[in-house]
Amino acid sequence: MGISRRTLMKNAAALGAFAGAGFPQIWIKNADLARAEGGEIKVGVLFSLTGTTAIIEESLNKATILAIEEINAAGGIKGSKIVPIVEDPASDPATFSEKARKLVVGDKCVSVFGSYTSASRKAVLPVFERQNNLYWYPTLYEGRECSKNVIYTGAVPNQQQDEFVPWLINKFGKKFYLIGSNYIYPKEENNYCKKLLQKYGGEVVAEEYVPLGHSEFSSVINKIRSTQPNVIFSTVVGDSVVALHRQYRAAGLDPEKMPMASLTTSENEVAAMGGEAAAGHFTSAPYFQVHKSPENEKFVAAYRKRWGDDKVTHFVSEACYFQTFLFKQAVEKLAASDITPPNIRDAVKGQEIIAPQGRVRIEPDNLHTWLWPKIAQAKSDGQFQILVEAKEWLKPLPYAAYPGQVCTEKGLVEKS
Amino acid sequence: MTAAGKLLQAAVSYGDWRVDQFIEQIITGLSIGSILLLVAMGLSIIYGSMGIINLAHGEFVMLGAYTAWLLQSHFGLGLLASLVPIFVVVAAVGWIIERYVLSLLNNRPLDTILATWGVGIMLQQSVRLMVGSELRYVQMPPSLSDSTEVLGLSVSSYRVFLFFVAIALFAVTWLLMNRTTVGMKLRAIMQDRSVAASFGINAKRVYALTFAYGAGLAGLAGALVSPLKSVSPDMGTGYVVDAFMVVVLGGVQSLAGTVASAFFLGELSGAIAFLQNDTVAKAIVLLAIVVLIRFRPEGLFTTRVRA
Repeated sequence: MGISRRTLMKNAAALGAFAGAGFPQIWIKNADLARAEGGEIKVGVLFSLTGTTAIIEESLNKATILAIEEINAAGGIKGSKIVPIVEDPASDPATFSEKARKLVVGDKCVSVFGSYTSASRKAVLPVFERQNNLYWYPTLYEGRECSKNVIYTGAVPNQQQDEFVPWLINKFGKKFYLIGSNYIYPKEENNYCKKLLQKYGGEVVAEEYVPLGHSEFSSVINKIRSTQPNVIFSTVVGDSVVALHRQYRAAGLDPEKMPMASLTTSENEVAAMGGEAAAGHFTSAPYFQVHKSPENEKFVAAYRKRWGDDKVTHFVSEACYFQTFLFKQAVEKLAASDITPPNIRDAVKGQEIIAPQGRVRIEPDNLHTWLWPKIAQAKSDGQFQILVEAKEWLKPLPYAAYPGQVCTEKGLVEKS
Repeated sequence: MTAAGKLLQAAVSYGDWRVDQFIEQIITGLSIGSILLLVAMGLSIIYGSMGIINLAHGEFVMLGAYTAWLLQSHFGLGLLASLVPIFVVVAAVGWIIERYVLSLLNNRPLDTILATWGVGIMLQQSVRLMVGSELRYVQMPPSLSDSTEVLGLSVSSYRVFLFFVAIALFAVTWLLMNRTTVGMKLRAIMQDRSVAASFGINAKRVYALTFAYGAGLAGLAGALVSPLKSVSPDMGTGYVVDAFMVVVLGGVQSLAGTVASAFFLGELSGAIAFLQNDTVAKAIVLLAIVVLIRFRPEGLFTTRVRA
C-alpha cells in the first residue's frame, strides 16, 4: 500500500486538528507532569551498581529497595503499590543525567531516589528542574544548594561540624590538619571548618587535597609527622579513606595523640579497612549502626535478613531507608488523582517521621532535614561507640558558611 | 653565649632538621618506587618480550588481590602463606588467556590491544557479579603491622618488607631471563622468531609461559599491596596507568630500565607531593614523562639488538 506524501500530510494535519479538539488536556498547564495512575506509583531508583562509586551506592540501592518492599508488603500506599524502576548510571555523571531523563520523561516516575556524589546530583538537577519532578538525595553533602526539586535527607556542614569541631579542640587541641579529596565537597566542608576554627580559636596547619581515588599517602604522612597537628580533619572519600587509615596505622602514628576526625568514614569503609586500622578515630554523623532505638533495631535486622548477615548499615543507607517512608507519608496525604511531583513536594514539607536515628523532619523552607548529630569513635570490632549525642535535633542550614545568603521557600535570598 | 654562637647553633639544628626530612623523603620515595616496581614488572616482561600491550594487566593485579581475600576469608590462609597459591592461580588465568585468545592473534599487535582490553572488562565484571562490588578487606600480616627503625626514623615494617620482596622478585626474574634455558629461548625469539623456530624452539610454548609468568607477577603485586590500599573490582585501572608509565619511561625491553624508572618516579612523585601536594605531583610526573618521551622515545634504557 503506497501513501503519497501529500495524503500523509493531509492526514497528519487532520489528526492534529482532531487531537487538539478531542484531547484538550494537552493545552492545560502541567498536563505533561508525571503522575501516578492505575493503582501503581512508579518511582526511579538511581544508584550506581557498576563503576567507582558502586562500592557504596550498591548499599544505597539495597536500603531503598528494602524500604519499598516493606511498604508494599504492608499494603502499599492506600492500596497502590510502589513500582521501583532501577537504573544503573555506572558512576558517570553524564549517564546519571541520561538515566534520570529516561526515568522522568520516559517512565513518568513521580519521584526518583538517587545519587551519592555531588557531581552526579549536579548532573541530574537540570532534568528535575525542567520537568518539575522530584529527586530524593540521601547523602551528606556540602550544602550551598537551594533547589525546589530536591529533597535532601543527608546532613549539611552545620549538622556535622557545629558540635564536632569545638569538641575536638577541647579534647585534643587547636592545631588542625585538613585533608580531603580534590573536589567540591571537601573544599566546602573545609571552608566551614575554617570558619568554626576561627570562631573557637583553632588554627589550620595545612590544607591539602589528593586526587580522587588516590591510594599512596606516604608523603601526606610525612607532612603530618613534620607539622604535628592535634587533629587530622579528613574529608577524603571512597577507597582513599581505606588507604589513608591503613597507611596511617602502618606508619606507627597514634590515634590517641593525633586522631583522624572524619565526616566520611562510616561502617562501610571501616569494614573494608579492618577494625584495627579504624580503631580510635572519630566520625561525626547523624546515624551509626550501634545507635539504640527500636526503629534502628528493626532496620538493622531487616537489612541483614534481606541482604546478608555480613552487611552493615551506615549514615547514608539509613537516610535512603527513612526517605522512602517519608515519600510514602507524603503521598498518603494526596488524593489518588493528585499524585504528581510538585504535590508530593508540598505534602512532604514539615513532615516528621521516626527514623532509625530519631525523629526527623523536612524543613519547609529549604527542603533539607532536621537531624540528630552524633560523635562516635571507631572500635576494633568494626563498629562505632557513640560518645556524644545531640540533645536536640538540629536545623539544616545549607548556607551556614555564607552568612549573606539564606535558602527560603521562595528560593535563595541575599541578605545585605 | 655569643650572638654568633647562637646563630651557628640555630643553623646546625635547622640543618639537622633538613637532613632528617631529606632521609625520610628518600625512604618514602624508595617505598613508593618499590610498589611501582612490583606492579610494573609483570607488564614489563610481557610488553618487552612479547610486544603485547596488555591492557588486562590491571585486572591481573585485581585478581591477585581478590585471590588473597578469598584465601583469607574462606580458607583462613594468611597473606604470606597464600603468596604461592596466588601466583599459581593468576598465572593459570594468564596462561588460559594467552592460549585461547592471544596466541590466535599472532603478529597482530593492534588486535591484541583490543582483545586484552575486552578480557580486562570481562574479568572485572565477572568479579563484580560473583563477589559484589563492595570494598574487600585483606589483613596485613600481624608480624609486619608495626613500624621499625631505619636510620633512626620510624618506617612501616610492611613497606620495608615490600621493598625487599620487590628486589627479590626482580632478581628472580633477571635470573630466569638470563640464566635459564627458557629465558635464553625467549631472548632468541625476541631477536628473531622464525630463526629461533628453525632451531627447534617452540615459540608458542615459550610465549604462553612468559605471559603466565607476567600475569602471576601482577597477581602477586595485587596481593602484596592490598593490605596497604583497598580491594575493589576496578582497582586495576589506576595500577595499569602507573605500570605503563614506568615501563615506557624505563625503556621497553629493559628490566633494569624498569627498576630505575620505578625508583625515579617514586622519588620524584614523593618529593613533589611533599613539597606541593599529590594532585600537583600526579600532573607534573605525567608531564615530565611526556616531555622525556618526546626527546627520547625509546625510554631511559635500551637494549641494543642487531636487527
